[in-house]
Parts: sequence; C-alpha cells; structure tokens
Amino acid sequence: MKIKILLFLPPLLFLIVLGVNLLFVSFRPPQKVNQLIMSSIGDASFLNPILAQDSASSEINSLIFSGLIKYDRELRNFVGVLAESWKVEDGEEPTITFFLRKGVRWHDGKEFTAHDVQFTYDKIMDEKTNTVRRSDYELVKKAEVRDPYTFKVTYRQPFSPGLGTWSIGIIPRHLLEKEDINTTAFNRKPIGTGPFRFVEWVTDEKIVVEANPDYFEGKPGLDRIIYRIIPETSLSEMELLTKGIDYYGVLPHQYSRMKEVPYLKIYSQPVFSYTYLGYNLVNPLFQDRRVRRAFTHAINREELVQYVLYGFGAVISGPFPNHLWYYNPNVKPLPYDPQKARELLSEAGWKDRDGDGILDKDGKPFRFKLITNSGNDVRRDVGVLVQRQLRELGIDVIFETYEWSIFLKNFINPRHFDACILGWGLSPDPDDYMIWHSSQIEKGFNFISYRNPEADRLWEEGRRQYDMKKRQEIYWRLHELIAEDQPYTFLYMPLGLSALQRKFFLKEKDEKGNEVLQEIRLEKAGLMYDLIKWTVPKGIVLEQ
Amino acid sequence: MVQYLIRRLLYTFVTLVGISIISWVIITQAPGSPIAITLDPKVSPKIVEQMEKNYDLDKPIYQQYFLWLKRLFTGKLYSFKDGRPVLEKIGERIGNTLLLNVVSILIIFSLAIPLGIFSARKQYTFFDNLGTFGAYLGISIPGFWLAYLLILGTVKLFGYPVLGMRSFVTEGFSSLEIVMDRLWHLMLPSIILAIGGIAALSRYTRSSMLEVIRQDYIRTAKAKGLPEEEVYYRHALRNALLPIVTLFGFLIPGLIGGSIIMETVFAWPGIGRLAYQAVLARDYPVVMTINTISAVLVLIGNFIADLLYAVVDPRIRYQ
Repeated sequence: MKIKILLFLPPLLFLIVLGVNLLFVSFRPPQKVNQLIMSSIGDASFLNPILAQDSASSEINSLIFSGLIKYDRELRNFVGVLAESWKVEDGEEPTITFFLRKGVRWHDGKEFTAHDVQFTYDKIMDEKTNTVRRSDYELVKKAEVRDPYTFKVTYRQPFSPGLGTWSIGIIPRHLLEKEDINTTAFNRKPIGTGPFRFVEWVTDEKIVVEANPDYFEGKPGLDRIIYRIIPETSLSEMELLTKGIDYYGVLPHQYSRMKEVPYLKIYSQPVFSYTYLGYNLVNPLFQDRRVRRAFTHAINREELVQYVLYGFGAVISGPFPNHLWYYNPNVKPLPYDPQKARELLSEAGWKDRDGDGILDKDGKPFRFKLITNSGNDVRRDVGVLVQRQLRELGIDVIFETYEWSIFLKNFINPRHFDACILGWGLSPDPDDYMIWHSSQIEKGFNFISYRNPEADRLWEEGRRQYDMKKRQEIYWRLHELIAEDQPYTFLYMPLGLSALQRKFFLKEKDEKGNEVLQEIRLEKAGLMYDLIKWTVPKGIVLEQ
Repeated sequence: MVQYLIRRLLYTFVTLVGISIISWVIITQAPGSPIAITLDPKVSPKIVEQMEKNYDLDKPIYQQYFLWLKRLFTGKLYSFKDGRPVLEKIGERIGNTLLLNVVSILIIFSLAIPLGIFSARKQYTFFDNLGTFGAYLGISIPGFWLAYLLILGTVKLFGYPVLGMRSFVTEGFSSLEIVMDRLWHLMLPSIILAIGGIAALSRYTRSSMLEVIRQDYIRTAKAKGLPEEEVYYRHALRNALLPIVTLFGFLIPGLIGGSIIMETVFAWPGIGRLAYQAVLARDYPVVMTINTISAVLVLIGNFIADLLYAVVDPRIRYQ
C-alpha cells in the first residue's frame, strides 16, 4: 500500500514546484536599470581587435578598445580618438604622422603611448599571428615611434584608403609582449582604452561591459552593456517583448508585428551591402553589353524589393551604398521595361526563330545556369523571381543552389559558372579595387572577369588620391562606367531594421551647458554612433 | 568474470581508435575549410595560405591526426575559432548540459514510471487509453515545434523572459527570487526535453508490468490469498522494474551529449550548441574532441548496461 502512495509523490512534487514557479513569474517585481541589453546570434570569438573576424566580437571590441581615429557621423571624414590630430604628407612615398592624446590610460591604469601603436602594428604584420587584417597594411613601408606621443607611418606608394585602417583597436604592449597572441588569456578578458571596461564573459550566454569612469571623452551615460547570445533570431523577438533584450535587428517579416508594440521604436537604416546578379563575362552569352542591359531592363527590381524584402530595400544603380558621398546620384537605375529588353536582345541577334518560345541565335537557344548558395532564403527567392521574369522574355534559366563551401570551391573560385546571385558587404571607404580591377581576375575577387581599361585606371587613381573632392569625382565616374557596362545587374541594397525599447535617450549639453535629453538619432554612421551618450533617465515609467 | 572484463575493455579500446580514425577522415575531408568561410574582398588569398600553415592544415592528413592526438593528451589542443584550449571550452559547458539533462531525466522517471504502472493496472480503461494516446502524441510531435508553441504561450501569459539560463534584469531580486528565476529558465527546456522520454518510458513500464502480471508466480501469489494491491505493487512491480534499471547504462551518453535543437531554441549554453557551431565553422579540434568524448561515453554506457544486467538478474552470467 505504501508503495502505491510513494508512486504518487514524484509527480506531485513536480506539480508543486511548477506551480510555485508559475506564481513567481506572474508576480515578479518590475525593475528599471540604466543598462542596454543587446542580442547576437553567435558568441564572440576573440575580444582582441586584431584577431576578431566575426561581427559579435567586432561590436564588443569597439566598446572596449579605441583606434587612433574613427569615421565621422557622415562616414566621410575622420575624427581623432586616441590621436588628437594627424598630418598626411602627400608624395611618392606618403607619410601619416599621428599626434597622440596625452594622459590616456588603459583600463588597468597604465599610460597609453605610441609604443602600443607600434606593438599593435608589429603583431598584425607578424606571420605567426592568425589575423586577416594584414592585407590592410601591406603597402606600409615602415612604421616608427618618433616620441611617446608621435607615431609615423610611411607608405611604399600613395594609398589613401590606408588612413582608415588606423581605426583598428589598439592593444596594450605591456600585457601582451610576452604572450602568444593567438592563445593568450587576454583574448577573453581584454584591457583596452575604450569607453567601456570588460566585466565578464560567460560562454555562449553573455558578455558584460561597464562604463569606464576615466574615459577621455567623459564617462558614458549607461552603467553597463550586456550582450546576450540568442542563436534563434525568431525567438529574440520573444525576449524583446518580455524586455529580456532592449535592442534587436528585426527581420522584415517581423516588422508589421513589432511596430504595433507601444514600448518599441523601429529604425531603418541603410546597410553596407548590396545583392547583385553577376554575369561571367568569359561566357560568350554575356559578352555583349546589350544582352546584360536587356536583362537589367527585364528584371523588375522594385518588385523584388517589394516581395522578397517586404519593401525594406532600395534599388541601386551602381556598386556603392546609396547614402554615401561616393554614390553618384545622377546615375539612375535602368527602368523596368520588358519591351526595351526585347528590342535590345533582337538587336544583339537573339530572336525566336524556331517558334519554341525560347530565343535563339546561330541555332543555339538562350539557355544558361544561374547559381547561388543554399541556406540564404532571400537569394533563393530572388533567383526564382529572376528565373520567371527572364522566362517571359524567352530565356531559359536553370536555377540551382549549392552549399556555401562547394559553391566557392567548385564554381566561383575556378570561374566555372554562367551567372550567380551574390552580395558584397562593403566598408565606408569606396576602394573596391579588389572586386573590380582586372588584375584581380586571376586570383582575386573579380571572378566575373570584368575588364575596362578606363575603370582600371580610375580604380588605381582613386586609391592614390588623397583629396576628397577629387576622389569623389573619380568614384562618380566609375559609378557611371560600371552602370553603363552592367557587368552585374545591381538588384538592391537592403535596409536594416532594428527595434529599440523606448526608454533610451541621448544625454547632451545645450548651448547654455545644461543637460538635456534628446531622442536617439539615426546617423549615417548608424544608430549606435553616439552610444556613449545613451542613458535611461530616472522617473520614466517603463512598465506598460 | 575478470577475464571477460579485460577482453571487453580491449575490444572497447580498439573500437575507439577505429571510431576516431574514421571520424577524423570524414570530418577533415568534408568540403569547406576553417579559414576563408566568408568571401571578403579585404582578405587576400596570400593570407589565407599563411593561416592554413599556422593551423597545420598543409600537412598530410595522417600527420594532422597524430598531431591532434598528441595535443589532446598534452593539453595543447586549441580551438581554431577562438584560440582557447578545447578541453576548457568543453569543460565550461558540460555543467550546463548535465544540469538540463539530469533535471529532464528526473522529470521523465518521476512521471513516466507511475504513469506506466497505473496504465498497466487499469489496462483498457479510459485512463489507459488516454495514456496511450498521450504517449503517441508525445513521441510524434516534433520537440522544436512544441518548444516554439510553449515559448509563445508563456510569453503571452506571463510576459517573463524565457530564453537562456537566467534573466538579465535581476536588480533588486532576493536570493529566493534568483533561485526561482533560474528554476523557471530550467523548467521549460527540461519539460520539452522530457516529453519524448516520458512517452517512451511509460510505454516501456506498462508493457513490462503487463508481462510480469501474467507470470505463474503472480497467479500463485493471488491464489495464496494475498491482497491484490500487495501482489501488484510489491511482487510484480519489483520484477517489472528490472529491465528499466538497466536503462540507466544507456542514459550516460545522453547525459553529456547535449541536444542541439533544444539548446539552440532555448539559448542554453551547452555541449550540443558548441558541437554544432564547431561543425559549421569547421573547427576540427573541437569537433573531433567532442566526437571522441561521445564515443567513449557510448562505449562506457554499453559496458555498464551489460554489467547491470548481470547485477540485477542473477540468471545472467558472462563467460
């Protein structure tokens, strides 16, 4: 008899624990904390700016470490961070001299000097260091410490994008000198000079940083920032609704739900990337510019943005992000015009002579294989729409997707494809030499084999020119040339959506020097540009 | 018996070496590389080559295998992804996975065994049929789907964070509240993880029980005039639970091997997620080490299961 009762005990115990727990979560006390919780899909890898490759690590590194300079809010010029000022001397072997800020201290109290900058540079150039940043500094001839507050770099040849590479986070010499940089414990408990200090990193769960009271531009407004790792993007939405996170990159399909939530504000900002349809120009099918232009006319890019991105994207006319200074606003995207496309194709000799619905020339039907990588639903959807729209024109497109590494190894790297759908992630500097210059056809990233002598010359000149006005002219002309040639059909540039709890404000000084609260502003350089001014003011009711 | 043990251990060792060689070949020969997974125009091909050299990826495959073995046993094995010692990475997650799995196994056993026993006792009644229906449902519903529904439901109902191991806004919480918070975060994933197990184990208990009560000695006990409840819960139950005891052996690999799906859905920092991410990043040292640890655990589990058979059932003797 006793056993029978005993059998009831475990389930009963389970139900009691569950019940008490449910009671607790229904009546938990509300809190209001001056902190920002963000989420990331993956854990960081290295909290060391010269080793980090993934976005999670880079974001956190930008809080803990500072570079010599950084982009301004227009993403056009630079402003000093660890460098108070700098001097660029033009010439056949140009130099940059950085004059460093005095009295900046590492989070452990040691003073920051030019030797730390030299050390960072040396570590990047050391072949034993597992860093991909080395390519950025290949044109540096020599780097030297002139005095503890002056650091001078000499380049082998004029290279204007070189200045931007000095925004990389500087690492402390006194802590890393005797360590193996690839495996040192520093990479998990970093010491920097940035606005936030490292507190803790719980693997796959969270990374916490707190305000650095000694930061040289003043103590940040937030007490701390927490990075949570949430691998499932659709579930981050749930955490946003329960205020388990404050900031989150919203997916387009979630937008209509999220904008109804009263305590969230949704921002949309241009992203440094675009998606394109690239033609392998070695293939005779695509050597005629009229064919490529006809394709662009035939693909309804507005419709792609509407259906695939739920409207959150922009049609672009060339290889640059459309909100920055080097995007030529005078070049307009080719309009959607199937009639014009047909005319261009028949001019190029493509007509349906045998009446099978497929265009042909010299007895060969217009048929080709379009490929992209699997696992990217947006690109897959784009491919299907492109396939249908070209079919209406009488072109038979075979659309296939491959796993990423196979896609690269079997198709892109050996240049063994007809056309592909891919995207480029860009940096604020317009120097896309690696993507477009004909010297990059053999082994580089110009896998579509684009050749245009004038464009080649301009790409070379663009990276030699230090004058911003002249650079702008060069890139505007390049934009025109590439739009004319259409080696890619530029499909769209997506908009990044993000949701932020409304409790955050910017703490700023007005003209009289009084503290005032401002709404968070969306800058060209992103929502987080003024992160150190963010704060959660006391007295704002957060719950409902 | 001793001879049997030695022979058994020897076989286990040979199997283990075989497993590690085969999985090394499969893992390293699969397409993809730990470096240059991205198409980044800022990274020149020269640097990719240099990094392959730094990671010894340019060496012949057998040399790489022995390097891995050597480093594993000298503690110098580092992950490609973050340069940390592999054993440390695994070590800090084992506790989390163990916690989740122990709790879900406790839930499974405390719910499934009583359920199975009562189902057998009340065979073909409404309660039994309901149990059968529930078990089929529990086995056939995909766990991740149920997890999504449960998360959606609890968020709508309680508005309390559910993902991860704890809440992140716990300022002003008393220690009891912090325990409650942790418990809450543990509750949902372990219930979801337990559902399949409850369904299977309750069926198992039920049929085992039904088989035992058809035995002659049960009839004899009843004929002798013992009260039916006593026959059932004392004499029958003990024998019916024998095969279940041996299940413990098979639980061992499951305890450490995390669940990729549940750990991902609930943002639980466990072994399953580590393994999955390592596979995606082609982080060979981590993948191989986790693989080997699981192999060892499966082999140990089988071994213990065999021993338990002999311990609980004196009729079985190994030669």
